[in-house]
Amino acid sequence: MIPVDQVIVQIVNGLVNGMILALVASGLTLIFGIMDIVNFAHGDLFMLGAYVGTTAFLTTGNFWVALAVSVVTMAMLGAALQVTALRPLVGRDPLTTILATFGISLVIQNYALWQYGPVPRKILEPVTGHFRLFYVEYPWYRIVIALMSAAIIGGLYLFMKYGKHGIWIRATTQDRVMASAMGIPVPWVHTVVFAIGAAMAAASGVLFGPTVGVNHAMGFDFTLRAFVVVVVGGMGNLGGSILASIFISLLESLATIWVSPAQAVIVSFVALILTLLIRPTGLFVPTPK
Amino acid sequence: MSTLTPPASTAAERELDTRARGDGPSAAYWTGFVIVVGALALSPFVLPDFWQRFTTEILIWGLLAMSSDILIGYTGMVSFGHSAFFGLGMYGAAAALLAVRPPNLWLALAAGLVAAAVVAVFVAYFSTRLRDIYFSITTLVFSQIFYVIIFTWTEVTGGENGLTFRQPPFGVPGVFSVPFTRNGLHWFVLAVVTVSYLLLRRITQSPFGMVLQSIRENEPRTRAIGYNVERYKIVAVMLSGTFAGLAGALYAVQNKFAAPDFVLFLISGETVIFNVMGGMGTLVGPVAGAAFFLLMKEAFSRIFYEYYLIPVGIIFTLMVIFLPQGLLGFLRRRLNQ
Repeated sequence: MIPVDQVIVQIVNGLVNGMILALVASGLTLIFGIMDIVNFAHGDLFMLGAYVGTTAFLTTGNFWVALAVSVVTMAMLGAALQVTALRPLVGRDPLTTILATFGISLVIQNYALWQYGPVPRKILEPVTGHFRLFYVEYPWYRIVIALMSAAIIGGLYLFMKYGKHGIWIRATTQDRVMASAMGIPVPWVHTVVFAIGAAMAAASGVLFGPTVGVNHAMGFDFTLRAFVVVVVGGMGNLGGSILASIFISLLESLATIWVSPAQAVIVSFVALILTLLIRPTGLFVPTPK
Repeated sequence: MSTLTPPASTAAERELDTRARGDGPSAAYWTGFVIVVGALALSPFVLPDFWQRFTTEILIWGLLAMSSDILIGYTGMVSFGHSAFFGLGMYGAAAALLAVRPPNLWLALAAGLVAAAVVAVFVAYFSTRLRDIYFSITTLVFSQIFYVIIFTWTEVTGGENGLTFRQPPFGVPGVFSVPFTRNGLHWFVLAVVTVSYLLLRRITQSPFGMVLQSIRENEPRTRAIGYNVERYKIVAVMLSGTFAGLAGALYAVQNKFAAPDFVLFLISGETVIFNVMGGMGTLVGPVAGAAFFLLMKEAFSRIFYEYYLIPVGIIFTLMVIFLPQGLLGFLRRRLNQ
């Protein structure tokens, strides 16, 4: 007997979570696609963005200002990180970047723990109120999250397609050497991309913040899921990672009908393993290369 | 071959010839080895209580780091899943110590080894088909899967609280049995770790080990020469996992408990840190890396309390950028003769 009302609620949950995950994962996939850097610290940028958001929110009392402040701060931090820690590693084997970003992740996590303490912080949601969805009072805010994430991703897509920097970024992805020969400042493009990735992670952190408490460990879960998404969706494939985010989140949410949330996460892992075995280039990639 | 190559005439050629043949470790190596092991054996008489236990723990983590070096340093596959092997070695030993009365040391070690080996086969089968970053992510994912299983399967694993048990005595069943003293346990651990080191060294210097190193250097070429790379990788993962399980079993015996915290990704991460800091591909390096990391952790904990990972993380990142060969990396050639 399939409980239809539970299924529908979980589908809505899955879509909302999927959009947040898509926002985080698209930053990660962008960074990987351009620079071949697996950013272990991405979830921690998400977490730090959420924390910066809480501070900004406490001082200004306005959610949207907090969002803007967090995004700009984290973009600058991301750029700084890339210039200091990752630029020296260009050309070295990928293992080194994984290790370097892992080290950065440790520092960020513990820094957040140090500065903000272990007690979760709260941001108030800008849109309160619920609507009735079957047996549950579903908060409007969650729908707002999904729409905003979609808007940001849409903005990114348009930027990549039509913006000058966007075209530079796409050119660098396709052929770094040729792009450099054409006069595109490749190191600057790398820094910008990392900054954009960090900014998107921060935005998702602030958006996600009101739904759960902001605490220093929330990043790792997202890093892990973002990795799964990036692999399942195809490394460097923006559209694929969005579809994969929604897919994975739907699977997880539906799984929570039968198992506890802690165990539901295994579902995404199984999806990852199956993808790697059957279609390693990604489930949503049109033809395997 | 000796009939085809002309006899080496100059001193340089002779030196090159010796190096190529790999005459085995030099006298300097063995002297260093004896000194280090001797110092560790004598430490119970010199060090105060806390540092003594600390040294024993360093040895155990060093064993874990050594096991991971087989994969990271010799085969070139970065595994972020060693916490699974370590944890299962721990829980395997715990199971043996709880199930069998009176608790038997050798059974515990064997159970830990077997548990870790079984998991290693499982993980190896799935992850060795993948290269580089996909391998790392898969091992990471597996360690998380095992963490979730151990954490939620409360009836068998004690869930969040883990398992506690009594320390088994040292002895041969039926012949003699003497309970472990703190020093006795240290010597036992030292003996196990030293034997493991010698074993692993033997393996890495063998033709099998040479193939692993060849896979690290240039996998497509190794495949082109005709070696079945997947099979070698699977054996490498199993070997690595088994020794990691041994470390886990030793940890369980030393500390008398098993907890899911040890299956967390952080343990895998620390293992990789030990390897990088100490020098990959040297076997001894990771042990030094473990010592270095744990000492730093102790030192920084006094100043920064539980935020010691901030300076340690910064040091680690700087080492990755500026000193990628690690502390003992410069000795890599010498240690691998």
